[in-house]
Amino acid sequence: MSDHSEQPNEPRRRFLGIAASVAVAPGLMLFSMAGAKPDAQAVSSKNRWGMLVDTTKCADGCQACVEACHEENGISSRGRPRTDPQWIRAVTLRDRETGRETHLPLMCQHCEHPPCVDVCPTGASFRRADGIVLVDRHICIGCRYCMMACPYKARSFVHENLHDQVPHNPRGKGCVESCTFCVHRVDEGNLTPACVEACEKDGHKALVFGDLKDPNSELHKLLTEIGARHLRQDLGLNTGVRYHGV
Amino acid sequence: MKPIRYLEIEGKSRGYWGLVGLLGLLVLAGLGGAYYMEHNGHWVTGMNNQIVWGIPHVFALFLLVAASGALNVASIGSVFGRVMYKPLAPLSGLLAIALLIGGMTVLVLDLGRPDRLIVAMTYYNFKSIFAWNILLYVGFIAVVAVYLWMLMDEPMTAYSKPIGFFAFFWRLVLTTGTGSVLGFLVARQAYDTAILAPMFIVMSFAYGLAFFLLVLMASYKWSERPLGDVTVSRLKNLLGVFVGAVLYFVLVYHLTNLYMAKDWGVEAFVLLNGGVYTAMFWLVQIIIGGVVPLILIYYPTQSESWTTVAVACILVVVGGLAQMYVTLIGGEAYPIQIFPDQDVVSSTFFDGQVGTYAPSLPEVLLGVSGIAIALIMVALAVKVLRFLPASLADEVVDPHHKQASAASA
Repeated sequence: MSDHSEQPNEPRRRFLGIAASVAVAPGLMLFSMAGAKPDAQAVSSKNRWGMLVDTTKCADGCQACVEACHEENGISSRGRPRTDPQWIRAVTLRDRETGRETHLPLMCQHCEHPPCVDVCPTGASFRRADGIVLVDRHICIGCRYCMMACPYKARSFVHENLHDQVPHNPRGKGCVESCTFCVHRVDEGNLTPACVEACEKDGHKALVFGDLKDPNSELHKLLTEIGARHLRQDLGLNTGVRYHGV
Repeated sequence: MKPIRYLEIEGKSRGYWGLVGLLGLLVLAGLGGAYYMEHNGHWVTGMNNQIVWGIPHVFALFLLVAASGALNVASIGSVFGRVMYKPLAPLSGLLAIALLIGGMTVLVLDLGRPDRLIVAMTYYNFKSIFAWNILLYVGFIAVVAVYLWMLMDEPMTAYSKPIGFFAFFWRLVLTTGTGSVLGFLVARQAYDTAILAPMFIVMSFAYGLAFFLLVLMASYKWSERPLGDVTVSRLKNLLGVFVGAVLYFVLVYHLTNLYMAKDWGVEAFVLLNGGVYTAMFWLVQIIIGGVVPLILIYYPTQSESWTTVAVACILVVVGGLAQMYVTLIGGEAYPIQIFPDQDVVSSTFFDGQVGTYAPSLPEVLLGVSGIAIALIMVALAVKVLRFLPASLADEVVDPHHKQASAASA
């Protein structure tokens, strides 16, 4: 046999290499995702995902969490603030007696007893075993009863046609939506929602995400250490988002 | 008392077809409005992320409440055994079904995804009062349809009493459900109270009877059939009682809130400084829709005139729509109290601010079409089936009429 036949030429070898990677890579990628992501195993009530908002660290005028959330989830503005969806918003409060100002982000509070889930006629609003409250947009009929029921005005109705959707967050005109705690990240094992990541990147560290049931989690430790309260505690909803300094 | 003979109306006059044509146009306009809203998305309406239910819901809730009330006339005959009301029962049942279908149509066409109606019929969350209402509304149509059959089919009339009782029970549950749509909401200050359920029942008595009286008088006047003063007078006196009862419930509702410091804000908003909502409450709901009808109904020299009764009924309907507007949209406009002891300095989502809402034309057309749907159904039904007695003259309907005349002679 000649040398020529034993040693394929360089271009051919490169071509075969690329072809093999094109054919195999997606499969490998799916395999690795399946390995990392607990898709194969059901969501468990052993976890309860929650968040601490330390308002003493939340900066006046900072919109980092809002921008990051909306970019991550493909939420774009049409310049119509009354009908544009807002999954998270920055709010500044002033105490009526002392005049003390507080800045904080407000989003779905992921209640243990969510009124939005109670009132939803089709069950499109639902709470996962791990505490994340979501909308199944396959069966949301757009009745907006959940928006009437939410004590935090955390939900938005999609008022117009959508463009530039992101693959991990399919949305629909005529359906209701809200913060998902970046569930696509959580399910991949990434416990840093976009808002938390942005806040940390900007050096504020006002947001901490984690497992409320895990005594070793940073969230749990901080809640024990500095304390926090639920918004509208009187309603007894046991929210997943807790606020320190309000 | 003579036997009651039911007859279809002739329905050949220009006036009849003109009415049907006008109602048809209103229905088409409403459908056009709904198509425009659904095609473009709800941003073309006055609704937004704070006022999520607008004028279509005002009409829809009004019609659903009025529907259950319209059945009362039949219930008084079947359940409470008042002979004089029995000839009115078929029209009462028909109007109840028609108003309910009108209300449901508006409600469905205002959904974000009306194409998913089948989802609403197949997926149920039984903790949701809305899910219950879907069953209650559809069930109401079925129960009243059977009731009508028992009333109108001679061999079956013996069963009309038990089914009439069942229909009465069903309608009470239904209106409880409608009132509880708002009553079960903890989020907003204006709702979150059990009194809304019985209040809606009493409201249904008034709205439904006002609607019924208007339809009855119009049908008999336009078809030139005799309608005696006894019937009209009894019904309008009953309407007066219901209007008074609605005012009483409104008083108790506001007194309850006024007693609780946490609700002073929303009460001040509705009663004193809520702009259009305050004006609508005092001027339209209370004065035009309550006090003036009471005067018209009970003022001795005027109250026997049909025109006066008709005006009173129209005012009750207008006042009812205003009441729904103030209750529903006023309740949404008042800001949700997320931070009861703090003022909101800034928010991109209008926290702490009174919501703005201006109804758009397509919404109004959709809402009005609900009334048109109900009325066109009645207009067509009385032409093809025998809903209306040939005569409702006093000597036909009132068993004591002759004796009374004889005694006075």
